[in-house]
Amino acid sequence: MLSPQEPPKRKLRVATTSLSGCFGCHMSFLDMDEHLLELVELVEFDRSPITDVKHCSAACDIGIVEGGVCNSENVHVLREFRKSCRTLIALGACAVNGGLPTLRNGLDVREVLREVYFEMPGVVSNTIPNDIELPLLLDKVHPINEVVRIDYFVPGCPPSGDAIFKFLADLIAGRTPRLDYPQMRFD
Amino acid sequence: MSLVNSSVEGVLEPILERYLRNPHHLMQILRETQERLGFIPKWAVDYISEALALARTQIQSVIEFYAFFYDSPCGKYRILFSDNVTDRMQGNTALLARMLSRLGLSQGQVSGDGLVSIDTTSCTGMCDQGPALLVNNHAIPRLSSQRVDAICTLIKNQTPLEQWPSAFFSVEDNIRRKDVLLSAELTNGQALQRAIELGPQGMLAEMKTSNFRGRGGAGFTTGVKWEACRNAPGETRYVVCNADEGEPGTFKDRVLLNSYAELLFEGMSIAGFVIGASKGLLYLRAEYRYMLEKLQATLEARRKAQLLGKNILGQKGFDFDIEIHMGAGAYVCGEETALIESLEGKPGRPRIRPPFPATHGYLGQPTVVNNVETLAKATLIAQNGGAWYKGLGTKLSTGTKLLSISGDCDAPGIYEYPFGVRISKILEDCGARNAMAVQVGGAAGTCLARHEFGRKIAFEDVSTSGALMVFGNNRDMFEVARNFTHFFKHESCGFCTPCRVGTTLLCNLLDKIADGKATSYEMNELSRLHQLLKTSSHCGLGQTAWRPVYDTMQKFRPSYDRRLQQKDFEPAFAMDAALAPAREIMERDDADAHLGNEL
Repeated sequence: MLSPQEPPKRKLRVATTSLSGCFGCHMSFLDMDEHLLELVELVEFDRSPITDVKHCSAACDIGIVEGGVCNSENVHVLREFRKSCRTLIALGACAVNGGLPTLRNGLDVREVLREVYFEMPGVVSNTIPNDIELPLLLDKVHPINEVVRIDYFVPGCPPSGDAIFKFLADLIAGRTPRLDYPQMRFD
Repeated sequence: MSLVNSSVEGVLEPILERYLRNPHHLMQILRETQERLGFIPKWAVDYISEALALARTQIQSVIEFYAFFYDSPCGKYRILFSDNVTDRMQGNTALLARMLSRLGLSQGQVSGDGLVSIDTTSCTGMCDQGPALLVNNHAIPRLSSQRVDAICTLIKNQTPLEQWPSAFFSVEDNIRRKDVLLSAELTNGQALQRAIELGPQGMLAEMKTSNFRGRGGAGFTTGVKWEACRNAPGETRYVVCNADEGEPGTFKDRVLLNSYAELLFEGMSIAGFVIGASKGLLYLRAEYRYMLEKLQATLEARRKAQLLGKNILGQKGFDFDIEIHMGAGAYVCGEETALIESLEGKPGRPRIRPPFPATHGYLGQPTVVNNVETLAKATLIAQNGGAWYKGLGTKLSTGTKLLSISGDCDAPGIYEYPFGVRISKILEDCGARNAMAVQVGGAAGTCLARHEFGRKIAFEDVSTSGALMVFGNNRDMFEVARNFTHFFKHESCGFCTPCRVGTTLLCNLLDKIADGKATSYEMNELSRLHQLLKTSSHCGLGQTAWRPVYDTMQKFRPSYDRRLQQKDFEPAFAMDAALAPAREIMERDDADAHLGNEL
């Protein structure tokens, strides 16, 4: 018989990535300090900058995405996360709303590239890099929920380590995640 | 420079003088400046800033807040098509397209010669005789192809507005059913005389006996409001009449202002007498600019008849006069604290309540803010007594209610009913034979489906500020909700994030559904957003902006469902097209330079 106290039978697989973000949310993730030790009792990391695994395994439980979507590679990575992860979380302002990178949304992306590669002081090459390996920029930067379905949104720039831990602890325990006011204050 | 100086002297000085260089009259100064110059140029802002000792940014913020103030030239003839859902049903889209093509313009653009600009605006209160437009803020109802063509010719010939056919500007009252208010035959001053005989306390007692509740929508007991204001400490008191009738589908105040202004002004005077105010302010929406001169003439006649001014009707110490303040195209100013901000010459952003205007209103003083219909009816109560009034309507909703009926019916117009009337009876009276839905109370009101037509108009059942839009069997209720939601997005004042962002997100989701790109995900998002708007918006605008979507999702769900894709999710934008500019400048067209739409 199942008892309510019974711990999860297996560790949950967690994948994380940073798209068009600054890695600040990942730094904040590490900032949960000693909670990390509690967390690794409950989860194991799949694709993540922490493990340097390059692709998600087929069945991850939780995907955590930092940053918005600014180029075609972001789209591919995000789609891989959606395909592989049962629950997908937008972590931080850029993933939730697009964030600072959307400042370019009022400009024509061609003008942006011209400005950067032709007009900037000190530029000598006078070509726009077009190597086939380079991802193309989208005309605008988008929040990730405009590209795939997202299950949860964690606001903040960045969300605090405590907030991230509280959120994941809720999720893993099967409680509807809830951040209280102190964890949602950003001043 | 000398040219600029002479324009400054010639144009601005008389206006500034007339308004005594009082910064609280900033909106009126800007409006008159614009009426003279067509827009408000930078040099005028500089001059006014100097003259009123206001920061330029303060003036700029007022100009930017109101839809009908312009800081750049917008055409000698500024055409704005009313774009309420009733105008749409009457065919305004085709007429707008016709005018644009006749004049070779695109929407929102000023013609090269600076002659004309054409755009849309929120409901102008002509729903019973639409489609309608405003030309330089003067209303032209009952548009037809012929009328649009004639207007184009007048514009091309640069005929001055005063020489346009007066028939174009004639607005009908369309009163279809009269009850105690609309059939009242009072001599001017009669009710006021009776209020004076009763004395302030006596009159207040009559108001409280009548159990009369305000007609602007919220339904607060008027006698209690007046008493709170009368008892509040203050140096002076004010009576404010809210004639900023912006709720789409509402036009009853237009008719009262046009044909029953005496009742209204008498009601304001009675309120002034009861609370001890010496000044009344009528806040008239910009769309009703065409009535300004007529209303001012009525006020002047009342001054001559000793019904306004000093020692009214020989009553020593009873001094009261009324000023008219024009709005400038902002729906949110119908909210009483936003209206007071606007009266004070500021952007119309709602204040935090409490304190309520009854204690801290106009210029921080105790202020009664009442709707036009409320004040007109106070006149009736003064005349006939509270007990008489209490006998009309229902126990909790005494008296009668004016309804502005529009949409799919034979006889749109104004209907006055005692409270407690059933929707089905109203529909029968106005000749709405195939009604599928009724939107009661305007865009922020309630959408009723056929099984609810037995419900009653009353504060305790279907509460309304007076709009009733009828939708026939062939209407698409999803599009109705989308029209209303775009209205809220346009009118959100931008002060609080839940409303500013929430109304935009609602529109984005509805537009995605309209494009056939949405899935059940968007439906879930709509439900989530509705909770957020409802619980965290600063004022009534955001707190009710979700209602048309919520109601139609409940009652007309198939009109949403048939637009949805049977998929888990669909992106918000065309993925491959979003890479096109980068492909162009990077000169790439390989497989990696493209994106499919599938996961």
